[in-house]
Amino acid sequence: MSAVADTHSQEHHHGPASGITRWLFTTNHKDIGTMYLIFSFAMFLLGGSMAMVIRAELFQPGLQIVQPEFFNQMTTMHGLIMVFGAVMPAFVGLANWMLPLMIGAPDMALPRMNNWSFWLLPCAFLILVSTLFMQGGAPNFGWTFYAPLSTTYGPPSTTFFIFAIHIMGISSIMGAINVIATILNLRAPGMTLMKMPLFVWTWLITAFLLIAVMPVLAGVVTMMLMDIHFGTSFFDASGGGDPVLFQHVFWFFGHPEVYIMILPAFGAISHIVSAFSRKPLFGYASMVYAVGAIALLSFVVWAHHMFTVGVPLTGQLFFMYATMLIAVPTGVKVFNWVTTMFRGSLTFETPMLFAVAFIILFTIGGFSGLMLAIAPADFQYHDTYFVVAHFHYVLVPGAIFGIFAAAYFWLPKWTGHMYDETLGKTHFWLSFVGMNLAFFPMHFLGLAGMPRRIPDYALQFADFNMVSSIGAFMFGATQILFLFIVVKCVRGGEKAPAKPWEGAEGLEWTVPSPAPYHTFATPPEVK
Amino acid sequence: MRVQSKRALRMVAVAGVLVPSLGQADWTMNMSPGVTGTSNDIFGLHMTILGICVAIGVVVFGVMFWSIIAHRKSKGHKPANFHENTVVEILWTIIPFAILVAMAIPATATLIDMYDTTDADVDIKVTGYQWRWQYEYVDEEFGFFSNLSTPTDQIENRQAKGRNYLLEVDKPLKVPVGKKVRFLLTSNDVIHSWWVPELGVKKDAIPGFINEAWTRIDEPGIYRGQCTELCGKGHAFMPVVVEAVPEEEYQTWVAEQRAAAERERQLTEKEWTLEELMERGESVYNTVCAACHQPDGSGSPPAFPSLRGTAVVTGDMDAHMDIVVNGVSGTAMQAFGEQLSEVELAAVITYERNAWGNNTGEMVSPKEIMEYMSE
Repeated sequence: MSAVADTHSQEHHHGPASGITRWLFTTNHKDIGTMYLIFSFAMFLLGGSMAMVIRAELFQPGLQIVQPEFFNQMTTMHGLIMVFGAVMPAFVGLANWMLPLMIGAPDMALPRMNNWSFWLLPCAFLILVSTLFMQGGAPNFGWTFYAPLSTTYGPPSTTFFIFAIHIMGISSIMGAINVIATILNLRAPGMTLMKMPLFVWTWLITAFLLIAVMPVLAGVVTMMLMDIHFGTSFFDASGGGDPVLFQHVFWFFGHPEVYIMILPAFGAISHIVSAFSRKPLFGYASMVYAVGAIALLSFVVWAHHMFTVGVPLTGQLFFMYATMLIAVPTGVKVFNWVTTMFRGSLTFETPMLFAVAFIILFTIGGFSGLMLAIAPADFQYHDTYFVVAHFHYVLVPGAIFGIFAAAYFWLPKWTGHMYDETLGKTHFWLSFVGMNLAFFPMHFLGLAGMPRRIPDYALQFADFNMVSSIGAFMFGATQILFLFIVVKCVRGGEKAPAKPWEGAEGLEWTVPSPAPYHTFATPPEVK
Repeated sequence: MRVQSKRALRMVAVAGVLVPSLGQADWTMNMSPGVTGTSNDIFGLHMTILGICVAIGVVVFGVMFWSIIAHRKSKGHKPANFHENTVVEILWTIIPFAILVAMAIPATATLIDMYDTTDADVDIKVTGYQWRWQYEYVDEEFGFFSNLSTPTDQIENRQAKGRNYLLEVDKPLKVPVGKKVRFLLTSNDVIHSWWVPELGVKKDAIPGFINEAWTRIDEPGIYRGQCTELCGKGHAFMPVVVEAVPEEEYQTWVAEQRAAAERERQLTEKEWTLEELMERGESVYNTVCAACHQPDGSGSPPAFPSLRGTAVVTGDMDAHMDIVVNGVSGTAMQAFGEQLSEVELAAVITYERNAWGNNTGEMVSPKEIMEYMSE
């Protein structure tokens, strides 16, 4: 009897604190998840507005709006903010909210570190964004910051950029450690590894990728710091170094990084496709093995970003074959999703619309990736708009549509309300049309010979650039609608039941909506 | 009335400047097969892999759209419950793998051919600079810089854009048709990349290292490309133009270039007047220095200092020569001693000391530059 009373009084004292301290000191995975998601959306709008500046300048040939120096700062900051500020934190936010709910854990395994890894992020981005206001301007050497353009020839703000990257890296590594500790230690009794939901599996593998490559990124920026301030010559040929060494180290981080940005989306999409097909996911085990295979292969393909630097023939062949091989497990995943839909009982609520668009458009990005893997052809594609089209197809309708799909799917669980379905569908269709209008013509521009990262271009590229800019403005403006939909959903709307989607499966749907501040204080039993 | 018609005229003029492109733009959607064996091989690979992707896409998306249309809940479709089939899963692992192997074979053959730079007839050293290319004919002992020739007025929309806007240079690279030309690529500052789509040649120019590439052009013509590795603010403004000409015409041109190079060496001995140096200096300044220090010498501080009345260009002559000849390490100011002839160095230094109201009246002769450099 007294034990029951005890539990009750404990729960009473563990509600959210009030005021700003709730957010500053919170160790609650739901609060931290919310902060990650809000931060990521703010960065998405900031990085997106920089893309608007880029597309406005490229609307017509000639220099109209910005000078080349500032244009280069915009392309650099757009890339850095979208990769490190928008996509990665959004997935960490989803992980924070959903992993404990999906595995039946009361919270993340390391809650205080969780708080710290979030609050490092605003600090890092404050430093990064402040470089825009420094003398000599922000970093202007592209998000890949190739030496010696970023070392000997970089602006004074490069040092601040390096520290910002260090802080982001620390935050990511701590986040990844937390994810692994949580998944390996806090699963509900009976949830064996091969019974874990796919979002949990993909995040577990992503977290290992993060721990493997973020230190490499920290290493490469530290070598830059040494070259700039301490007289070393890692990347300076006149001192015995090698500019290409930079690219090898950077892409050893950079290629796994692109899978870090897509694997969690694979997981979320698997749940959504299965839920709205009202049919179990086809080939669960092969999905897990495919993600593992992609993650392993991602470590041995980095030099396909460097086919034109003069890699020896045998090296060139190795990296071409290894890269082509990635198409096999990726294909397996796409086939599995399509077969999951096949002979299902399909409905098309907003999460499903985003998920179906994800499968089609990510596959198109995969196709252009396969084309880029063919080394001789890559000599023509490399560093043109074809590459820009490729990676925007895997990142925008890939990573970002995956995040939108996941957000609409779980919003009822987070807020306790259903979002406005009509507005959600409007958001989807405007995003879908705008995104394709913006990025599909870039394939043509690249094949016709337009290099990337140029503020001005030859006249034969004028028409498609104008189309692309119109699409980009449309896509950009549409995202304000998403903000409106979420705010509306938080403030009210139809009450969501514990399981708002007929076909959804998993522990997260067994707790009420909105999910109480503390869930699974007693672990559920998984059969 | 007059005011109105004037305004109408001005609007027409503005419209002409704003949309000059539309008349000349096109809707090219695919890669060009190009004019060399390599570019044709690449085009073939490109079309094959594109065809494979489209075919797979049609099948996969076909099944998907069939489900989307036929297996809807709104049509009363009841879900099946299958979730595994080992045979299917093995098949769709093996079939893509076999397709990839079939694709890798021709790709490997093309790559081996592209890497074979042996037995070249002509060797040309290509050096990337911020932001222009230098071509040196290794066996012929002459070389030159190739600069963007599109006027600033066109870039800043004060003048209608020309047909080859941003793809035109003052002096193109000339090569003979039907001969194997080997390029030795390097850079003086940051990494650049030398690309001509119609030749199927793209290779990075990396400071401190030499990369090789080759081409054999079958048809005479002018082929245009651009730098494709981000190299700073002038990245969009360093085009590549290659002119392929018949063998005899090429030999005549080489002879002329050799003679011109010889004449240039003799010019160093000549006595120059201030006016002659100023005239020559203005053209050197505008092609080499104006991109950073601006045509009116105002620069864009802090990266590119102003040259109007500042200490370096009005003070000590030796210090001025030192900066121009040896550059300033750790900054964008290059060592022009390796890039310009003695005459050009003397001319541009004299020009800087007397232009834009600097009026020091001081000059330096090519001979003095030669003495300074041999010290």
